Amino acid sequence: MKNRLKVLRAERDFTQGDLADALGVSRQTVNAIEKGKFDPSLPLAFKIASLFGHSIEEIFQYEN
Amino acid sequence: MSATKNDFKAQTHKNTVRLAVWTGAWVVSMALAAFGPKFVWNENKTLSVLAILLNVSMGIMMILANRTLIKGMDELQRKIQIDAMAISLGVGVVGGLAYSLLDTTNVIPWDAEISFLVVLISVTYMIGIFVNQKRYL
Repeated sequence: MKNRLKVLRAERDFTQGDLADALGVSRQTVNAIEKGKFDPSLPLAFKIASLFGHSIEEIFQYEN
Repeated sequence: MSATKNDFKAQTHKNTVRLAVWTGAWVVSMALAAFGPKFVWNENKTLSVLAILLNVSMGIMMILANRTLIKGMDELQRKIQIDAMAISLGVGVVGGLAYSLLDTTNVIPWDAEISFLVVLISVTYMIGIFVNQKRYL
């Protein structure tokens, strides 16, 4: 799954640590999601979408 | 934002310390139950049973503390732990029973000790954690 997390984070001048803190997860998890190595659960995806004020589809794109 | 930060990190730290304390208590109670009969209370059965009951109690607290730690982790950390546990459980069962067969069929001249199984599971678990941590870096 592709995502725009890194771009959105950079736009708000957040570090990975800042975002991890805001989401209540580890920095490693934010890094793994950004790199597409780990797909977040639906609740975490909603949390991310809510934090950035976007819909899930605007942040995450499914790819076969 | 900082409230969440403090909640997650502080809770994880607290859970880790709690697990370390109960693990330490379990190890000490294990040493007491193993060496006490010979060196402290001269094979008194009542004291030996009490020491073993204490060891089991410490072990139960350690298990509960470990469960609390894992429940408090985030979803990626939990996935890493579960993957490592799945591998170590499988290797422990297959390797442990194979080692036992080597003993019962007299292929090896020594007795198959339970400590081998503990070491095998521990080493496999640590390797599993290491490999999975690297995978998500």
